[in-house]
Amino acid sequence: MKIVIASGKGGTGKTTVATSLAFLDAANGMNVTYADCDVEEPDGHLFLRPVIEWERPIEKPVPVIDSRRCNHCGRCSQVCRFGAIVSLPQRTVVFSELCHACGGCQLACPAQAIQERPRPIGILRVGRAGRIHFVGGTLQIGEAMSPPAIRAVKEALPQSDLILLDAPPGTGCPVVETLRGADMVLFVTEPTPFGWHDLQMAIRLVRTMELPAAIVANRVRATTEDNRWRQRLISADIPVWAELTENRAVAEAYSRGEIVAQVIPEFAKELNCVMERLKASINERACGHQR
Amino acid sequence: MKELVVISGKGGTGKTSLTASLAVLSDRCVVIDCDVDAPDLHLLLEPHTIAQQPFVGGRKAYIRESACQGCGRCRQLCRFGAIRLKNDVVQMVTAGFAVDPLACEGCGVCVDHCPQEAIELRPQINGRWYVSRCKRGYLFHASLDVGSENSGKLVTHLRRSASEFARKEGLTLLLTDGPPGIGCPVIASLTGASLALIVTEPTVSGLHDFERVLHLCLQLGVPALTVVNKADLNLQMVERIAQSSVRCGAKFLGTIPFDPDVVRAEIAGRSVVEVSDGPASRSVKAIYSAIMERLAQSLDAHQSELVSINVKQGSPN
Repeated sequence: MKIVIASGKGGTGKTTVATSLAFLDAANGMNVTYADCDVEEPDGHLFLRPVIEWERPIEKPVPVIDSRRCNHCGRCSQVCRFGAIVSLPQRTVVFSELCHACGGCQLACPAQAIQERPRPIGILRVGRAGRIHFVGGTLQIGEAMSPPAIRAVKEALPQSDLILLDAPPGTGCPVVETLRGADMVLFVTEPTPFGWHDLQMAIRLVRTMELPAAIVANRVRATTEDNRWRQRLISADIPVWAELTENRAVAEAYSRGEIVAQVIPEFAKELNCVMERLKASINERACGHQR
Repeated sequence: MKELVVISGKGGTGKTSLTASLAVLSDRCVVIDCDVDAPDLHLLLEPHTIAQQPFVGGRKAYIRESACQGCGRCRQLCRFGAIRLKNDVVQMVTAGFAVDPLACEGCGVCVDHCPQEAIELRPQINGRWYVSRCKRGYLFHASLDVGSENSGKLVTHLRRSASEFARKEGLTLLLTDGPPGIGCPVIASLTGASLALIVTEPTVSGLHDFERVLHLCLQLGVPALTVVNKADLNLQMVERIAQSSVRCGAKFLGTIPFDPDVVRAEIAGRSVVEVSDGPASRSVKAIYSAIMERLAQSLDAHQSELVSINVKQGSPN
């Protein structure tokens, strides 16, 4: 089962929750994978500290022009909708950062002068953190497009009962890429105007993609403002699976790179119900398959 | 004209709260919310929209049902898995394909290779962008439709429009609230800016992400300044960030302590410098002065550079 941990707003606790859940699930005997899909700013490894078993470059196929065959007819630059090929009278130049690797230029070239070669855009790392399988992608600095790197992470996922995909913030194409093919979404949100505003955007996205969702409310305080916020969450019509109390000790443990559920029992207790629900869903699915 | 871009690498470190305070302190400036995937600045600046326009970003493929013969060539060639069997009824022999707009990148390969010429690229309205009058100046902001691509394009569009507007109005400071990460919208926000202000937090991930976004600034040739927010959380980590910052040539500007007044201000829909004179508010004011000093210096440097170029050009051959 693939669960995406998403939020809309950044810094609401996606990685804290995802690494803690992976820890709790593994401690409960589940076969769990943590996959870092925030390839622009991947942080999961700082907490899980996995032993990397293998790594390889993440590559994107980009066109390379055979200068002996190319007669600079300009057809490739005409068909490229991304402006990644410029055809000059004596030279044809590829701007590979702009290339979406659609293959259109190769198909269009009448002289068969275009071939695709892989170009590294990041690194894929696969390993283990205790009993947790770890898959993480890191986008090279200066590369603009993260979806191909996210795809590489998803293609390297091992067989597991439970796969937790740690999503990037926002609602743009990297988040869409992470969500594609998932079974459900777990939103981590916080009781602030920004948290609420961005959560609504993220909810709209998962509705468009027809994915089931649940909420983990983080940094909740016992104030009237937070009660009002709770009412809003209820109106959003998405089940709230857990409320995590605001706690400075959690923030301090996080700052040191500790898996919060491992070192703060109260936090683990509050998150345990999420773990139980995930376990139940997996069992249900297993029964469904047997039938 | 000067443009300061506030970025962070890691999300949720306080970019938007700080940008709002800087906007209020700077009196007359044009503010740009470039976090178009999760824009929040309008929640603090009380904008009154004076103009708005749809944003036409990219194009997406569209299959004319009447012309499609169902040969499946488009599906074979599409590398983004964007051509789906309609309703997934596999038995259908003809007219059975549709485009998944969330997966389509608008490359046009299907259009160019459809034997029936049944596919066309149609412009997509990806969102709207707004010009608003706010407390002490103007705000350029946008709302991107969920799941849309082209956030980089929209960012570039917003920055260009804001800078033209500022020139006309005689305003000399652009203040940009950037997106998290290091990808396409961040590159679009930073390219050609005068100065980047990196706001981070004293955590392992704050440090890690700070270093990545700082290297992006160096690659793009944008000088950077560093601020650590919620600094009292982990003083050891503050020191490590400061060291890393100085090593890479980014001036370490200072810290902002954790202060509940920041969230209180956010709930009230204001910036912290308007509602509080607490520790966070005082630090932000000090940081504001330091930034302005830095911007003035870089302006001088820039002008003297221009002067030297003019001198060279003006000199006899």
